[in-house]
Amino acid sequence: MAEPMGFYTDTTVCIGCKACEVACKEWNQLPSTNGGVNTLSGDSYDNTRQLDGIHWRHVKFIEQFTEDRKDGRWLLMSDVCKHCVQAACLEVCPTGAIVRTEFDTVVIQSDACNGCRDCIAACPFGVIEINPVSGTAQKCTLCYDRMQGGLEPACSKACPTQSIQFGTINELRGRAEKRVEQLHQIGEKRAYLYGADEKMLGGLNSFYLLVDKPEVYGLPPDPKMPTRNLTSGTMFSFLGALLVGLIGILNFRNRGASVREEARL
Amino acid sequence: MNGIPSSTYFSAAPDWGWLVVLYFFFGGLAGGCYFLASLIALFGRPEDRPLSHLGYYIPFPCVLLSALLLILDLQRPLRFWHMLIESNTFQPIFKYWSPMSLGSWALLIFGILSLVSFLGALADANHIPWAVWRNVHPPSLLGRFITAIGGLFGFYVAGYTGVLLAVTNRPIWSDTPLLGMLFIVSAASISAALMILLAEKSRWTTPGLRDLHRTDVWLIVLEFIVLIALMISLGPVLRAWLSAWGLLLLIGVVIVGMLLPLALSWRPQWLGDWNMKTTAALILLGGFLLRVVIVFSAEGV
Repeated sequence: MAEPMGFYTDTTVCIGCKACEVACKEWNQLPSTNGGVNTLSGDSYDNTRQLDGIHWRHVKFIEQFTEDRKDGRWLLMSDVCKHCVQAACLEVCPTGAIVRTEFDTVVIQSDACNGCRDCIAACPFGVIEINPVSGTAQKCTLCYDRMQGGLEPACSKACPTQSIQFGTINELRGRAEKRVEQLHQIGEKRAYLYGADEKMLGGLNSFYLLVDKPEVYGLPPDPKMPTRNLTSGTMFSFLGALLVGLIGILNFRNRGASVREEARL
Repeated sequence: MNGIPSSTYFSAAPDWGWLVVLYFFFGGLAGGCYFLASLIALFGRPEDRPLSHLGYYIPFPCVLLSALLLILDLQRPLRFWHMLIESNTFQPIFKYWSPMSLGSWALLIFGILSLVSFLGALADANHIPWAVWRNVHPPSLLGRFITAIGGLFGFYVAGYTGVLLAVTNRPIWSDTPLLGMLFIVSAASISAALMILLAEKSRWTTPGLRDLHRTDVWLIVLEFIVLIALMISLGPVLRAWLSAWGLLLLIGVVIVGMLLPLALSWRPQWLGDWNMKTTAALILLGGFLLRVVIVFSAEGV
């Protein structure tokens, strides 16, 4: 396997130009609108609104202003699939359509997906959705086709401020840690890395430098694997079955003898 | 967390709607009826045999309907076989840690077993001329073996859907490990109710009917306890039910589907001859509404 590759997104230098969104749509031939329907969100400059089957990149605009708007700041962040090392979508996918590539990224094979949507419910980041054209679950592939050809993903290539950086995870982590240090030195003590270490789902191959709580950016503070409930859920179900069986047997007990007698006759 | 009770609130809704609700209901009936039929066949009186036959008649049509509902719910229905066979290699795909994968196989196996028992019951009741099928029906050894295995699969089909919901990252569903348990108990309860309703309609008076009714009362009590435990286990996420869905849960599921049937069982003279039928109908309605609330309340968060 090649060295794990991914994105490091420094939200402090994002200018909200949406070049990444456009480049992503252009390369991956995603429709600009959903069946020609253009809906304005009324939410700042964000009309993409979410990651879904036709939006594999989404620039978030978070306005933090005082009521009189004299003081405040913009938080801008280009969101994408996190290509988790422990990927919830891959884990639950019943068809084997979701695979891990040689670059340690997570890709949905559209020709194998049957649109059961289990992965949508499993992803803790709300990244995956059904593409209405293909009828299959889709998300960022980290431009698997470009990477196979030795090219960098379209979004990071297009990013004019290097907010989105592409590279090997080890190299990106080093770069990100230095940037956090630099920001701390110049007084931005709130800067920290989200998902860069292995504590979060084994590490996110697309991690972020943030300057506020994760939930402010629409990111879960404590994302978990869906299978955390598998053992306990199964055990409780077993207990339920046991109790139901017991209730049934208690109410129909001592009558098996007559059935056995009849069988003997 | 800025007032957000759980990290599960950042996931996206899979848009599982009415088809899934109906599948949960009919899948529950299939599994529950098979289990009850097995119980009556193995532990009941000889004169309860028609009741056991009735229990075996329900699962197979319900499994067929369930499969149809599940296929229709897929965005690419013609690819339904991808659940069992890997489309790239044409090898069977089986992921024991994925409830949907395991459930697909369980449904297939349970479907076969329910068909066998369906034919066995028909033969045992002399509704079909192929006497050979009697061999797969209790009290024969093979029949007992099939019905015991089928009962276990029935339980699995009835309960795995709750575990499937728990093995996601959606609010409510994945915030409790008790959904599978609730679905199993509820499946047994609605199945007993359906069998009582159908038996009453046929004016049967087998003594097993009383046993079944008593069983159902116990099951409703157990279901109520599990539901309360589930609500406690949700912790701060419980506030998601401070909504129209919560109201439906309280009125439709708890009051209409549990407390009222319990009251009617306690005072059977209230409705006279209509008591059993009404109780069973209310339990069925409550069981259906339970699945509606569970599916849609999380979809709406």
